[in-house]
Amino acid sequence: MAAGREAQAVKTIRTIWKHRELVVLSLPGVLFLLVFSYIPLYGIVLPFKNFRYDLGFWKSPWVGFRNFAFLFGSDNAWRITRNTVLLNLAFILVMTGVALAFALMLFEVRRRSVRAYQTAMFLPYFLSWVVVSYIFLALLDMDRGLANRILEALGAEPRLWYNDPGPWPLLLLLANTWKGAGYSAIIYYAGLMNIDREYYEAAEIDGATRFQQIRKISIPLLSPLITILFLLAIGRILYGNFDLFYNLTRNSTLLYPATDVIDTFVYRALRVTGDIGMSSAAGIYQSVVGFFIVLAANLVVRRIHPENSLF
Amino acid sequence: MSSRRSGAIRALSHVVLSGFSILCILPLLLILSISLSKEMDLLTDGYALIPKTPTLEAYAMVFRHPDQLLSSYGVTITVTVAGTFFSLLITSMLAYVLSRRDYPLARKTSFFVFFPMLFSGGLVPWYILVARTLGMRDTLFALIVPYLVIPWFVLLMKGFLSSMPASILEAARIDGASEYRIFFRLVLPLNKPGIATVALFCALLYWNDYWLSLLFIQTTRTVSLQFLLFRIMSNIDFLTSALAIQAGVRTQVDLPQQSARMAMCILAAGPMMFVFPFFQKYFVKGLIVGAVKG
Repeated sequence: MAAGREAQAVKTIRTIWKHRELVVLSLPGVLFLLVFSYIPLYGIVLPFKNFRYDLGFWKSPWVGFRNFAFLFGSDNAWRITRNTVLLNLAFILVMTGVALAFALMLFEVRRRSVRAYQTAMFLPYFLSWVVVSYIFLALLDMDRGLANRILEALGAEPRLWYNDPGPWPLLLLLANTWKGAGYSAIIYYAGLMNIDREYYEAAEIDGATRFQQIRKISIPLLSPLITILFLLAIGRILYGNFDLFYNLTRNSTLLYPATDVIDTFVYRALRVTGDIGMSSAAGIYQSVVGFFIVLAANLVVRRIHPENSLF
Repeated sequence: MSSRRSGAIRALSHVVLSGFSILCILPLLLILSISLSKEMDLLTDGYALIPKTPTLEAYAMVFRHPDQLLSSYGVTITVTVAGTFFSLLITSMLAYVLSRRDYPLARKTSFFVFFPMLFSGGLVPWYILVARTLGMRDTLFALIVPYLVIPWFVLLMKGFLSSMPASILEAARIDGASEYRIFFRLVLPLNKPGIATVALFCALLYWNDYWLSLLFIQTTRTVSLQFLLFRIMSNIDFLTSALAIQAGVRTQVDLPQQSARMAMCILAAGPMMFVFPFFQKYFVKGLIVGAVKG
C-alpha cells in the first residue's frame, strides 16, 4: 500500500516536472484562489465560535450552535429565506419569459432593426445599480418623483414609496427585468440563430404559419438552452443580487419585511451591527444549503442534457 | 427570407420591441432633464421629462469645485485599467492551461478553479482576510485584488481558447518553442476576440463596482465614482461637502441640490454609457460563447 502511494507521488511529481512550464502559467491564478477562496473555507467553523478580532480565530471561544439558535430562533431566518427564494423565483420565471419573447420577436424583424433594438435594450445592462437607484429616486421620490406626479394628475393619493413595503416585490421585479432583459434576450436570440434554416423552409413549403413555426420549431429547439439556463439560475436561488436589494430600496428599514434577503442581512450583521456570529451563521447557512441546491440542479441537468452539466 | 415572415407577427414585434427600447432610454433622459432643470422648478413642480427652464447651473456648480469628482475619476480609472490588465493576464494564463487537453493536471486544476463557484466560506472570513490579515482597508488594492480571478471569466476565456486550432500549437512545439513563448507569441495574439470580450466584462465589473468600496473604504481619498454616487444618494450632505460649498450659500435654492445630484450622476455614469455600447458586439460574442458553448 505505502509503496503504491509512494510510486503514485513520484509519478505526480514527474508529471508536474515534465509540464513545469504549464504549471508556472497556471500558478498565479491557482495561488490567488488558494488565498482568496480556499483559505476562507475555514469560515465553516466560524459560526461555532464567538469570534473576537482581538483574540483571532484560534483563540476565540467555542459556542456550539448558539449562533444558529439565535438566527433560527428569531423570525429573521424565515424572513430572509422567504424573500430570497420567492423574489429570485419570480425574477427567474419572468426573466425567462420576457427574454424568450423578446428573442422570438427579434428573430422576426430584419437584421438592421435587430441591431438598433439590441443597442437600446442593452443600455440598462451597462448601468451600475447605483445609477439605477438614481433612476428609481427620480421616479419614486415622495415629493418630486414622476410616479407621484402622475398619481396626483390622475387625482389619486401620492404614495410614500420608500416607506411602504407593499409594492416593492413588484418594483424589484420590474427593475431586475428592465436591467437584464436585453442581455438574456441576446442569449436566446443567439440560440435561435443557430437553428438550421431548413426547418423553417420545409415548414413554409408545408404551409405552416409563422406562429406555428414558432410553436413547433423555435421553442422546441430552444428548450435545451431554456432548461439549462433555468436550472443554473435555480441553483443560485439562495444568492440575491446585493446591489439590487440594498441600493434600489436605499436601504430603507421600513422596506425590510419585503426586501431583506440573505445577502443584505449578512452584510448588515457584519458591517453595521458588527455581529460576526450572526453574520457568519447566515453566510454558512446560505453556502451549505445553496451547495445542495446547486448539486440537485446539476443532477437534473445531467439527466436531461448530460453534455451541459457543470460536473 | 422575407416571405417566411407574416406581417402581423412582425408588426407586433416592432411595436413591443420599440416600446421596450424607449423604456430603456427614457429613464436616462429623465435624469438628464432633472440635471438641466432650474432648482426652483424642481422644488415647486417636481421632476419632469423636459426641463421647464433649461439651465446649466447644476453643472456649473459641480465644476466650480471639481476636486472630489476628479479624484473619483482618478480612482475609478486606475482601478479599472490596472484591474483589467492583471485580471486578463492571470485569467488567460490559467484558462490556457485548462484548455490544453494534453496536460494531465487539467482536470484537477479545473475542479480546483470551479469549485469556489459552488461552495464558499461566506462573506465573513473573506472580509477578515482582505481587511485585517492582508490589511487592504482604505487602499486601492482592496478595490482591485479581490476581483483578479473570477472563475466565470476563466470559463469564458477557456471557451474561446478551446476553439483554437490545436495544429498551430503542435507545430510551434515541434519547432522547440517553450510554453511561455507559445502562450505570449501565439496564443494571445490569436485569441484577440476572447481577450476583447473578457476585457470588457472585466472593465465593466471594475467600473461599476461599489461593493468592494462599501466593504473596505472609509476615507474620502479612495472614493470611486460609483461609491461617490452611492454616498451622495444615501446622504445628500455628502454632495455639499464634496462640492465644498461655503457657508454663505446654504439655502436650498442657492445650492441646487436636486439638480446637482443628478448632474453628478450624469457626469459619473455618462462616459461609460457612451463608450460601452460601441463594444456591444464583443459582449454579444461573449454571451454566445459563454452561454451556448461554455
